[in-house]
Amino acid sequence: MSTATQTSLALEMPSDTYLNSSYGVKSWFLTGDHKRIAVMYIVSISLMFLLGGVFATLVRLELLTPAGDLFQSDTYNKLFTMHGVVMIFGFLVPSIPVTIGNFLIPIMVGARDLAFPKINLASWYIYIIGMIFMLAAIISGGVDTGWTFYTPLSTQYLTTHVMFTAIGILIAGFSSIFTGLNFIVTVHRMRAPGMTWFRLPLFVWSNYAASIIMVLGTPVLAITLILVALERGLHIGIFNPALGGDPVLFQHMFWFYSHPAVYIMILPGFGVISEIIPCFARKRIFGYSAIAFSSIAIAVFGFLVWAHHMFIAGISTYSALIFSFVTFLVAIPSAIKVFNWTATLYKGSIHFDTPMLYALAFIGLFTIGGLTGLFLGAIGVDMHVTATYFVVAHFHYVMVGGMLVAYLAGMHFWWPKMTGRMYPEAPAKLSALIVFIGFNLTFFPQFILGYMGMPRRYHSYPPEFQVLNVLSTAGASVLAVGLLMPMFYMLWSLKYGEIAGNNPYRATGLEWQTTSPPPTHNFHETPIVTQEAYDYESQTEEVEVVG
Amino acid sequence: MSDSQTTTLQAHHHHDPSLLVQFDTAYQQKDASQFGMWVFLITEIMFFGGLFGAYLIYRNLYNPAFVAASTSIAIKWGAINTAVLICSSLTMAMGVHSAALGARKLLVFWLGATLVLGSVFLGIKGIEYYDKYTEHHIPGANFDFNYDRAEKGEKLVPADVATQTSIFFALYFAMTGMHALHMIIGAGILVFLIWRAYHGAYPPHHYTMVENFGLYWHFVDIIWIFLFPLLYLVSRSPVH
Amino acid sequence: MLPQYFPLFPESASTMSTRVDALYFFILGITIFFTMLVALLILVFATKYRKEKHPVPVQIHGSIPLEIFWTLVPLGIAMVIFAWGAVLFFQEMHPPKSAMDIYGVGKQWMWKFQHPGGQREINNLHVPVGKAVRMTLISQDVLHSFYVPAFRAQMDVIPGRYTTVWFEATKPGTYHLFCNQYCGTKHSGMVGEVTAMSPDDYQEWLRGAGAFGSLATEGQKVFASMGCPTCHTGADNARGPNLYNLYGRMVRTEDNRTALADEGYIRESILNPSAKIVYGYQNIMPTFQGQLNEDEMIQIIEYVKSLTYNGQLLQLQTNTQQEPPVNLNKIQQGIDVTKPGTNQNPVPRTSAVPVQEEAVPATPSTPPGKQNAPKQPRGAAPQAKPNGSQVEQR
Repeated sequence: MSTATQTSLALEMPSDTYLNSSYGVKSWFLTGDHKRIAVMYIVSISLMFLLGGVFATLVRLELLTPAGDLFQSDTYNKLFTMHGVVMIFGFLVPSIPVTIGNFLIPIMVGARDLAFPKINLASWYIYIIGMIFMLAAIISGGVDTGWTFYTPLSTQYLTTHVMFTAIGILIAGFSSIFTGLNFIVTVHRMRAPGMTWFRLPLFVWSNYAASIIMVLGTPVLAITLILVALERGLHIGIFNPALGGDPVLFQHMFWFYSHPAVYIMILPGFGVISEIIPCFARKRIFGYSAIAFSSIAIAVFGFLVWAHHMFIAGISTYSALIFSFVTFLVAIPSAIKVFNWTATLYKGSIHFDTPMLYALAFIGLFTIGGLTGLFLGAIGVDMHVTATYFVVAHFHYVMVGGMLVAYLAGMHFWWPKMTGRMYPEAPAKLSALIVFIGFNLTFFPQFILGYMGMPRRYHSYPPEFQVLNVLSTAGASVLAVGLLMPMFYMLWSLKYGEIAGNNPYRATGLEWQTTSPPPTHNFHETPIVTQEAYDYESQTEEVEVVG
Repeated sequence: MSDSQTTTLQAHHHHDPSLLVQFDTAYQQKDASQFGMWVFLITEIMFFGGLFGAYLIYRNLYNPAFVAASTSIAIKWGAINTAVLICSSLTMAMGVHSAALGARKLLVFWLGATLVLGSVFLGIKGIEYYDKYTEHHIPGANFDFNYDRAEKGEKLVPADVATQTSIFFALYFAMTGMHALHMIIGAGILVFLIWRAYHGAYPPHHYTMVENFGLYWHFVDIIWIFLFPLLYLVSRSPVH
Repeated sequence: MLPQYFPLFPESASTMSTRVDALYFFILGITIFFTMLVALLILVFATKYRKEKHPVPVQIHGSIPLEIFWTLVPLGIAMVIFAWGAVLFFQEMHPPKSAMDIYGVGKQWMWKFQHPGGQREINNLHVPVGKAVRMTLISQDVLHSFYVPAFRAQMDVIPGRYTTVWFEATKPGTYHLFCNQYCGTKHSGMVGEVTAMSPDDYQEWLRGAGAFGSLATEGQKVFASMGCPTCHTGADNARGPNLYNLYGRMVRTEDNRTALADEGYIRESILNPSAKIVYGYQNIMPTFQGQLNEDEMIQIIEYVKSLTYNGQLLQLQTNTQQEPPVNLNKIQQGIDVTKPGTNQNPVPRTSAVPVQEEAVPATPSTPPGKQNAPKQPRGAAPQAKPNGSQVEQR
């Protein structure tokens, strides 16, 4: 659509931005500015993503052949464990909230900063300390529990660095709690005059819902990991069956966090998509309150479905039925969102900029990811496919096809706001296409593998699974290219990208009314909000004026 | 939204140094801090909630072991500690009240009293832990529930029950230990507050820090109010 | 030829697999329908309303009827899937009454199976076609999962607790057996084969598999070596409850609850005797924690299951007759079981006589006092107790 090129006026970078207000290492590492902290987070989680990606690549390489010939079994086990731990706790859980959310939520509600800038900075440091523990575990030999840390394997049997990893995750969890707390207070108490709840952008709603989960769920993970550490370190038996403990209780406590945690990961992605679709359809979003309330519904119901990870873990038949029932209920709000996004396209004026391409890919991939959840929610089928590659495929369709694609969409969309410069459109579109093809090639075969019964976390596998595994590995290499491309052209654009101007997409939302990049306190004057979000009618009129 | 480009409100930046830049008014700042504290306390509830959940599940599974183990804990110390902690909540509340009145010396006195009572609690907890150590009631390699029960004239429990009591004690130490950790952190913050209060950092219009710490202290107190009956009391008279 | 090397669908070899596949295809149909619907709508809108063709968008706020429509329709479909999946789950969880038992023990990193006839296998499982098989599974160390994709049968294998899964093979063949719960270094090596055979072949295999004795008779030996018959005499007024016809019955406990005497109950009663005291009996049984391995436990359970009046009758009394009865001099009535010095040491393997004679409350020679007089259990059917007022206890 109308990027800076269409404007005949030569744009200049604003003189007073959060990037040039002060210089020096100290001005970054001791900053309270949510935008600088967001940038620091972007760098950190990108590094963790790269690391997790390296592990994923090695895992896929090993699975090229049925025999376990590239690595030893324990090395392979460490690789998939560290892929899971790094990706989930180092990348997926923080991802959108701490980067795009951190940058935008104060601006979107019209505030000068988050409610607690020091806590925001502290949570970055806490995250870094957590990652240092995790990296220490990796460097000193790794960990092979699987990211789920199931007892008694993790507490009694393995000799790897379980403690370091558990402590790292525990610490990173506090970072998550503080971020959630900051967002909740900011949304409740820091909104600009006139910014009522139902004028909030849907990105704020979805991050708010995710924050509720962070605040309520993460402490339970913390205490669970503390109990695991105590049990492992002091040989007491809370989950150890030899001492009367119950290993299944660990699963309950773990999934009480870790199921809602997938909503921490995906809800902010929903928010990104809800911003992008109206902008590039030049149109008010369809069913604003349906999308807003469905986010809250997901946050609430998300807490009541954890045992659907445990249908065959020896829980009672009746509790399995209840958890299956609620699982089907939690599917509905996601369906509502998909229909509303699709309906937003109806009678729009659709522009195919890169963020929009990612957003459209998101809708398709998330639809597949969500619908394949139905197989797993139906207990009768889940008994066959649980813990197989079907679950791996479903999870990656939601987390990579959903969350990661949404993250890329958001990073492209708000890149001009964050840096003041446009990303280069042509390579960006190419990378979006490569990601889409590579992703499907990687993970679609895994659905078939899963239904055929290939167990996950297998170092070697029966030869009849090879063809599909080769396809998957081939796809992974395509996907890797697609994901590496943005790293290069985004860095390139920092210096050579076109200057974006305040509102290159003529989007609504307070963030587009301040300069790109914004000044340190976001607005030179506190905005007063008089309109609902996504008021593209007024923006369209402007188009006619501009020409 | 286009209106907001034209209609703007002049951002008022007070020259009050205690008003942080992101807030418009002192009221907003105080309100946000307190709201944040409540949200934090909710996370604390979930944190202890995990332990309470584990306790309830195991109590249901191993009721005889929980009755036996619970009966072995010295109710005397638990009761004294409950009283100490309730008193400390009172002194804390008095501290907040003094801060509101702007009585600096009184504030320091009440905070000091809270610190003393908190330390007494931790000291008594230490005595209890030491007793558990001498009785071999600390889960681990040396755990033996029946270690000195015969000498003390108490009933021995069957071996299978004795094994399960280690779960009770694991939870006992996890729950009271996490609670004590919160007390220790609280005591550390108290030292800081007393020092700051002595230097007059909490005038009547800006004592949110004291108020928020009060919320935290009362919360830790309330956790104990749940721990005491669950761990010490409910099994004293087994209902059949 | 291609499908042989490049299969896209698992073999279907059990009665349940076709039912699971039916629901699978139903959900697959829904998945394809909705994915196509969304993809098609996106493509159509993206073409029809692209900016070149449709420069002025129409602002639409939303539509309550549409929102209700696309809430209720998916909800209805979800409920259909839920109900279907639940029915299937109930079938998967409830084996037919006629199912035969096979026991499996998982350990790092192998599967051990025991057939009731005493045949043992490692990483191989032979089952007959056309007969429901109920697997009772337990782990010796960490979590495992018993998974036979061709049967669509999977169940976690948990330390310290029995889980069950059942299947009925429909066609002879050899199928994959996977451990599908990550269990440490050689997780992917914890695989085996399930061989489904025609009933005749299966009988022949059983004969050739070289059993030392049936699980029940092996169990009887373990039972005797542990000294169990000393108390569980099966006689009136015995110190331990009668174990005849125990399996599958509801047992009334001291605190007036009832418990179903299944494999898990028998296991718990041996390892954790204080958990459920049978009504009218005292808590005098020592724990056998650490003295029985999982194989022996299975044998004892199979032995207890074999103790029926109408089926094959194994006389408990015969075992005890070789061994001296309890030292009668030391018998005290109504003694406190938790008295110091009693009941602390489990019975040594070699000794047939319980160590804690002092604590033994009653024998046939002593008239039962009020406290230990067996009471009529509420849950026990009278015809199941030919000896009159026997009650089961441990």
